[in-house]
Amino acid sequence: MGVDTTLLSQVEGFMYPNEVELQWSVLIVLYPFITGLVAGAFILASLERVFKVEEVRPTYRLSLLTALAFLLVAPLPLQLHLGHPERSFEMYLTPHTTSAMAMFGFVYLWYLMVVLIVEIWLDYRRDIVLQARSQTGFLRWIYRAMALGSDNISPRSLAIDDRVGRFITIVGIPSAFLLHGYVGFIFGSVKANPWWSTPLMPVVFLFSAMVSGIALVLLLYMLVSWVRRTAIDMRCLDTVARYLFYAFVIDFSLEMLDLVHRIYVADESFKSLDFMVKTRLFGSQIVVQIILGTLLPLGLLALTQLTRLSDRARKSLYATAGVLTMVGIFAMRWNVVIGGQLFSKTFLGYTVYKMGFATREGLLPAILLMVLPFVILAALIRLLPPWPEPAAQRESG
Amino acid sequence: MATDRRDFLINGGRALLVASASAAVALEHVLAGTPEHAPGYTMSEHWWAMTIDIDRCIGCGNCVRACKAENDVPREPFFFRTWVERYHLTADDVDRPVVDSPNGGFEGFKELYRPGDGSKNFYVPKLCNHCAHSPCVQVCPVGATFESPDGVVLVDTTYCLGCRYCVQACPYGCRFIDPRTHTVDKCTLCYHRITQGLTTACCEVCPTDARVLGDLKNPSDPIHAFLREHTIHVLKPQMATGAKVYYADLDGSVR
Repeated sequence: MGVDTTLLSQVEGFMYPNEVELQWSVLIVLYPFITGLVAGAFILASLERVFKVEEVRPTYRLSLLTALAFLLVAPLPLQLHLGHPERSFEMYLTPHTTSAMAMFGFVYLWYLMVVLIVEIWLDYRRDIVLQARSQTGFLRWIYRAMALGSDNISPRSLAIDDRVGRFITIVGIPSAFLLHGYVGFIFGSVKANPWWSTPLMPVVFLFSAMVSGIALVLLLYMLVSWVRRTAIDMRCLDTVARYLFYAFVIDFSLEMLDLVHRIYVADESFKSLDFMVKTRLFGSQIVVQIILGTLLPLGLLALTQLTRLSDRARKSLYATAGVLTMVGIFAMRWNVVIGGQLFSKTFLGYTVYKMGFATREGLLPAILLMVLPFVILAALIRLLPPWPEPAAQRESG
Repeated sequence: MATDRRDFLINGGRALLVASASAAVALEHVLAGTPEHAPGYTMSEHWWAMTIDIDRCIGCGNCVRACKAENDVPREPFFFRTWVERYHLTADDVDRPVVDSPNGGFEGFKELYRPGDGSKNFYVPKLCNHCAHSPCVQVCPVGATFESPDGVVLVDTTYCLGCRYCVQACPYGCRFIDPRTHTVDKCTLCYHRITQGLTTACCEVCPTDARVLGDLKNPSDPIHAFLREHTIHVLKPQMATGAKVYYADLDGSVR
C-alpha cells in the first residue's frame, strides 16, 4: 500500500496518529509558486498598459506570454495531486459554496479566458492577421484559426482593439489580485493551522507574487536578449529592477510584520512554531528564504538604486538578484506549504517530509512541471514573437 | 383538432412512460443514496453525540481494535477513526504534557509510569467530534463531506476528489486518506449500526463504559443526566466547531 512506517521513527514528540504523513506534497508548493508567477508577470505588463510606465514596454508582450505559459500549467500539479483527478470537473458542476477551494476553477477560468487570452489576442490581432495572410502551408492554417475569422486591420479597428485591450487590462489587474490573493486565502482561512491562519496571508501572497513574477520577466528579458543577440534596453531593465525593489520592500515588510506580530503575541502555538523554525525549517526558512532569498537580493537591488554602476555591473547584479529572488520566493512557498504540516496541531511534536523521486508526487514530476511552462513559452514566442518585427524596427529606428 | 388532441395524448403518454421509467431507475439510486436504508429510522428525530468519561478509561485499546475491525480501517499506524492517547503530567510542568499513542493504542499501552511517582497519568480516547459547525465540511470543494440531519459528519466516497483540504481543516486530526480508495475516511459514528438501533462498535466493546453514545433529541437518554452531573469539556473549544464529543473531567492540558 506504499505506507512508509519508517516515518514514525523520525517523529519527535507527539503527533496525532493521522498527522504523521504529510497531506500536501511538493506539487502543492508549485501551485502557489506558479500562480504567483502568473499574477506577477501580468501586473508587470499592466504597468505599461494602464499606468503608462513607457520604459517597460520591451517586456510588455513577453510578460503576457509568460503569464499565459505559466497559467496553462498552474492546474496540472493540482490534478496530479488529487486522489481522483477524474472527478475534478465536479468542482464546476457542483461547487460547494462555503469552500474556499471550490472557487478555484472559476477564478482560474475567468482569468484565463476572459482576461489573459482576450488581452493577448487583442494585442496580437494585427500580427496574427498579417501572418495569416503571408504564411503558407500548415502555419497559415494555425494563424487563420488564431485570427478567429477576423481580417480587418484598418487603423480604426486597431484603435478599437487598443481601447478594448486597455479595458481588459484594467479588469485584469483586480483579477490578477483576485487570483493570487485567493490562493493565499485558501491557506489563510484554515483556522486549525496557526502557521497558515492569518488575514495577512492573501496580502503576503500577492506581494510575493509580484516579486517573483517581476523577477522572472526580468531574467527572461535578459535571457531572450542574450539568445537573440540584441542589446538590452537598460532604461527598461533599470525600471523593471526598480519595481522589483519596491515590491520586494513591501513584501518583506509584510512578512516581517507577520513575524514580529507572532513573536510579540506569542500565543499557544508560538513555542512550537518557534522551535520548528529554529530546527526543521532553519535551512529553508532562515538561510534560504530570509538571508539568501530576501536580504541578499534586496541588498543588491538597493546597491543599484543608491550607487552609479556601469551597465555591465548592473546587469550582473540584476541577474544575481533575480535568481536569488526566485529561489527565495520558492522557499517561501515551500515553508508555507510544507512547514505548515511539519508540526502537530497538538503543538507537541514534529514530523518530516519525505519526497519521493520518480513517484506521482515526487521530485521528478515537480521538475517536469517547472520545465513545462518554459517549453510552452518557447512555443508561444515562436508563434507570437513578442518583439517588433525587424522591418518595423528599421522603420521606427 | 381531434387529431391534435389524439397526438397530444399519445405523445403525453409516451413522455409519461419514459418519465416514470427513469423515475423507477432513479428511485433505486435515491434509496441507495440515503446513508442507510433503515426502515423505521427518521433522521430528524435524532441528534447524536458521545460522552467520554476520562476517569473510566483504562487504555485497553478495545475501542481501537473494534473500530478497525468493524469499519475495515487500514491496519497501518497512520490510519485511525478512533485512537487513544496517554497523557503524563509532572507537577513542575503542567503545561507541557508528555503524550504517546503507540499505534493509536491498538495494542493497549505498556506500563511506563509507576503509580505513586507524583505524576498525573490518564488516557484520552479520540474520535471525530461530529462538530455542528465542522470546518472540514465547510472547506470541501464539492460537498462530498456533509453534516447529516441527525448530527453525524459523513463522507460520500463516490464523490470525494481526494484533495485533502478537509484533512488540513480538521483541528483534531480525525481524518486520513484511505490508501486503497484515495478518498478521505473518518469516523461515521458507526452510522450503519446506530441507524439500526445499535450503539457504535467502540462503545459496544468498552469494558468500563468510558465511551457512551447518546441521542440529545431523546429526552429519556441518560446522556442528559451525564452532562448535568459532570464537569464537561470539549476539545479545543477556541476553535468554535460545535464539537459533540463531550469529555467528563478532561484535564486542561489535553489538546
